Amino acid sequence: MSGNGSGKPKFAMCWAASCGGCEIAVLNTHEKILDVDANFDVVFWPVAMDAKYKDVEAMPDGAITLTLFNGSIRNSENEEIAHLLRRKSQILVAFGSCACEGCIPGLANLSSSKELIETAFTGISTDNPQDLRPAYSWKAPEGELHIPKFYPVLKTLDQVVNVDYYMPGCPPESHQISAVIDLVIQVLHGQGELPPAGAVIGAGNSTVCDECQRTRNVKQIKKFMRIQDIQADPSLCLLEQGVLCNGPATRSGCTALCPSAGAACIGCYGPAEGVLDYGARLISAVASVIDSQDPDEIESILDGIPDPAGMFYRFNLAGSLLRSSKAAWKTNGNQ
Amino acid sequence: MNNNEQFEPVIIGFTCNWCSYRAADLAGTARVKYPPNVRLIRLMCSGRLDPTFVFKAFASGADGVLITGCHPGECHYQEQNYKAMRRFLLLRRTLAQMGIEPERIKLVWASAAEGVKLAGEITKMVAEVRAVGPLNWPVAGNGAHLDQPNPEEVTA
Repeated sequence: MSGNGSGKPKFAMCWAASCGGCEIAVLNTHEKILDVDANFDVVFWPVAMDAKYKDVEAMPDGAITLTLFNGSIRNSENEEIAHLLRRKSQILVAFGSCACEGCIPGLANLSSSKELIETAFTGISTDNPQDLRPAYSWKAPEGELHIPKFYPVLKTLDQVVNVDYYMPGCPPESHQISAVIDLVIQVLHGQGELPPAGAVIGAGNSTVCDECQRTRNVKQIKKFMRIQDIQADPSLCLLEQGVLCNGPATRSGCTALCPSAGAACIGCYGPAEGVLDYGARLISAVASVIDSQDPDEIESILDGIPDPAGMFYRFNLAGSLLRSSKAAWKTNGNQ
Repeated sequence: MNNNEQFEPVIIGFTCNWCSYRAADLAGTARVKYPPNVRLIRLMCSGRLDPTFVFKAFASGADGVLITGCHPGECHYQEQNYKAMRRFLLLRRTLAQMGIEPERIKLVWASAAEGVKLAGEITKMVAEVRAVGPLNWPVAGNGAHLDQPNPEEVTA
């Protein structure tokens, strides 16, 4: 990566509450990453290079041309960096599902902070014989130490700062990232135009079903089944076979990878164009195809969906209309 | 709210053009009394009820949502009220996981002739939601933000 002062436009990528898969997806664009280096001066990218927050703070406002921000806002550090990068960036992209809509970390919004901390520090996978808990400040011989404050309700990037573009996916598909990199480079050379502010980039405008090659007929479901419990027909719509598939509400752009590999869509590309609440759209779609008019029978068919909120909001809870469960926001001191 | 004052819940009531909306109308012309807490919204059919409407109502400050439609078998559009029923049953399970009490969402069948029944169901629901208390979901509207957390209350 080139040093400072090359005169090239500046590029930054930062992660907040995320798994790092988005960075892997960027590196997975193979030689395309060399185009990034040829056209940009990479000034800040904690995963790939050494740079400090104070280096970013020292830059003039708006100094960075393009920032890809992945990860959601889980604690005060995430929020502080989001504000800092917003100030320093001309174009801020919510990159990946976490930044766009909360993603898997957002599922923590179903539980209270107390439950989360209990699970993390006393859970079955944790060896914590002294029953230690985190403290926000600690007096050490060298002085008082502080760690970032944990937020009871996880937020999406656009719930704390203005976002210019959204790039969905968990992670965004590499061919989509390449296309976006190409577009930005064309714009830099005056050969293209940026999409309108607030647009979703690097994805389609339709649903995963539209890209799915499986045959669709009339859906009439008497029983919901897990994919591992049936010998699924590889050419027939999975939902039709009773396997819950999030395709009907999910934005296209991934080329229906999971359904073509024999697994149901789990919805990582987020709400399709025009869908205000992802889970609501799925509730509507799934309930419609249940083949029963008897309330008791419907209830027993619905027992086949043991965790509807987790299923329908797997990637979208923090970005949904309700954003979190009552258990999470009540820790907030609101009531 | 003053403790002496009775809590007046806000309930959004979705009605069907062909039955429950007319039932409410009938209740009015027949001067049947029911509490003014319910704000009726007319849809062409209970099958038009997108679950999004319910989430939006709760997120925007409603304390309860009442969904009404034609009796099973009597839908003006053949069987859309069955769809409404299936969506309602799945929606209720999802809302329960979000911590929204079952008293806050209700499905009632009422034909155009059942003004008295509808008024009775509304009265009952208002009392039930009043007993559960205000919901005060903290994301009123799209632009609002959750309050800054109080870190002292977060640690276990």
